[in-house]
Amino acid sequence: MKVERKCKIISKEWLNPDAVFLVLEVGDMVRTSFRAPGQFVHIKCGDGLLLRRPISVCSCMEDKPDDLLSIIFEVRGEGTEWLANRPVGHSVDVLGLAGNGFSMKPEGRYLLVGGGIGVPPMMGCAQYSGGKSTAIVGFRSKDKAILLPQLEDSCAKVLIATDDGSLGYHGFVDALVRQELAEDSHYDAVLACGPKLMLRNVAKAAEEFGVPCQVSMEERMGCGVGACLVCACDMADGSRKHVCKDGPVFDSKEVDWDV
Amino acid sequence: MSEKKTLFLPKHNVGGALTGSRPDLSVRPSRSEQPLPTVDQSVTLAGMTMKNPVVVASGTFGFGREYNQFYDLGELGGICAKGLTLHPREGNPAPRIAETPMGILNSVGLQNPGVDAFIAHELPFLRQFDTRVIANISGNTPEEYGIMCQKLSQAGVDMIEVNISCPNVKAGGMAYGTRPELAAEVTEVAKAHAGAVPVMVKLSPNVTDITVIAKAVAEAGADALSLINTIRGMRIDVNTRRPILKMNTGGLSGPAVLPVAVRMVWEVSQAVDLPILGMGGVAKGEDAAQLMLAGASAVAVGTALFADPYAPLKVRDGLTQLAARQGLSQVSQLTGGVLPWN
Repeated sequence: MKVERKCKIISKEWLNPDAVFLVLEVGDMVRTSFRAPGQFVHIKCGDGLLLRRPISVCSCMEDKPDDLLSIIFEVRGEGTEWLANRPVGHSVDVLGLAGNGFSMKPEGRYLLVGGGIGVPPMMGCAQYSGGKSTAIVGFRSKDKAILLPQLEDSCAKVLIATDDGSLGYHGFVDALVRQELAEDSHYDAVLACGPKLMLRNVAKAAEEFGVPCQVSMEERMGCGVGACLVCACDMADGSRKHVCKDGPVFDSKEVDWDV
Repeated sequence: MSEKKTLFLPKHNVGGALTGSRPDLSVRPSRSEQPLPTVDQSVTLAGMTMKNPVVVASGTFGFGREYNQFYDLGELGGICAKGLTLHPREGNPAPRIAETPMGILNSVGLQNPGVDAFIAHELPFLRQFDTRVIANISGNTPEEYGIMCQKLSQAGVDMIEVNISCPNVKAGGMAYGTRPELAAEVTEVAKAHAGAVPVMVKLSPNVTDITVIAKAVAEAGADALSLINTIRGMRIDVNTRRPILKMNTGGLSGPAVLPVAVRMVWEVSQAVDLPILGMGGVAKGEDAAQLMLAGASAVAVGTALFADPYAPLKVRDGLTQLAARQGLSQVSQLTGGVLPWN
């Protein structure tokens, strides 16, 4: 059962010049609609824009009187800029929790792969699996890196890649995924969020080692609840599913990677 | 970056009783705060009575299941279901949506499970609610419109909206809506197969003179008209030089199109003697009142749903309050009430 309500911003922090971390008081939203890490919230960004902005949940918890939820997003345009400029104490109109998260169990052990602004939902996955998982995270450069100390605290192991080599491995995360799976392929699944090209390469690596892989997809979205059918994702069987309602997480073998 | 305590694990609450009263932050319209005046909200559209004049527009509401999570669908005057075709369609590739100044462009392309799946799985769900169910159909040929009308009238819908104006499909669709003789032919076939179910024809704004099509459809026997469908538009990413939509162009909706809708409803209401379901950019009661004053008997809310799932209820309540402020006893008294300058 999704809810729409005004949610108060109780904490805000710029993690780098582009990424903002917000904590929101969300009423009973987590109690009523939490399914698994990897869900998103659909946030109204000002009155002049007609479309809400879908943002992945970083982590959340049930609490009284208000459940708490954190998000991290990148300022990419007018809407996200409006949201980034909301001060602590102000409320924003949030619809959530939307979508299905990753299919995972608290007792499981996962290889979590995040790229750039796809890293935050991996934080929720790390916490949900109780510190047993491994995280492989990639960023364009060292100054774009986010959540590293938190992941260190919540994972058994953290590997880092940067496109320019300014931090950790010089290259892309799929190389680290192959390296890790070659050493240890006893993960319950690979869970990934990031740019589509990264997801495709990670899915390919997971398949090479016979490890199941789930990916969190992104698409331009309308209603966010499954009614308007704009956020289509092409499936390997020729059908078109919808990121907001059927996803955002899909089994990597379901997705048509060639479009 | 702050301490771990600002990041949260899902966990069950371990005590801490709720004390004191908290402000209501629910976005749902509250009846207690704004008691609705005693204005009769009911309207009639081609013999079909509705408890209030607010319908949700086809393609923005699916088959109702998603928004039923937010409110009882019985609060709506009616539901125009997602557009159906004879066979299932997967629609167009993504991106299918682009935001524009006070509007959106879409190029969904009639993705739907087909008329048979609608009748088997969706219609029984919609029938549980005390609201009018309007099926919306698109065909590649007049015969397809006829087959769908027959199936739907037998299955029992309250009205059939014949879409001759979808800008996002290659065959049929808007071609029928921009040529009067084809629009008339589709209308005749639909009427011949719809039995006692009223047929409402949805008109395209992408024409030089919408009254020409309206007259052709009226003469062919349509029971009602709905307008406007979306206006063709395009948005380009100046950095990549690519259109945002994968189909390059799409249909514009949202507040940006409201004045066009008001103008076209006004023109059509003077040209033909048919009831009109007005739509295009309705986001509040005053918008709905403009369309009704221009000649609409009822209104549809569409794009506004994406920002606010409760938009149709807020339009309904806003319209009722507006009618009350003007001393009307019935919302339907607004219809056709515009006082044009000479």
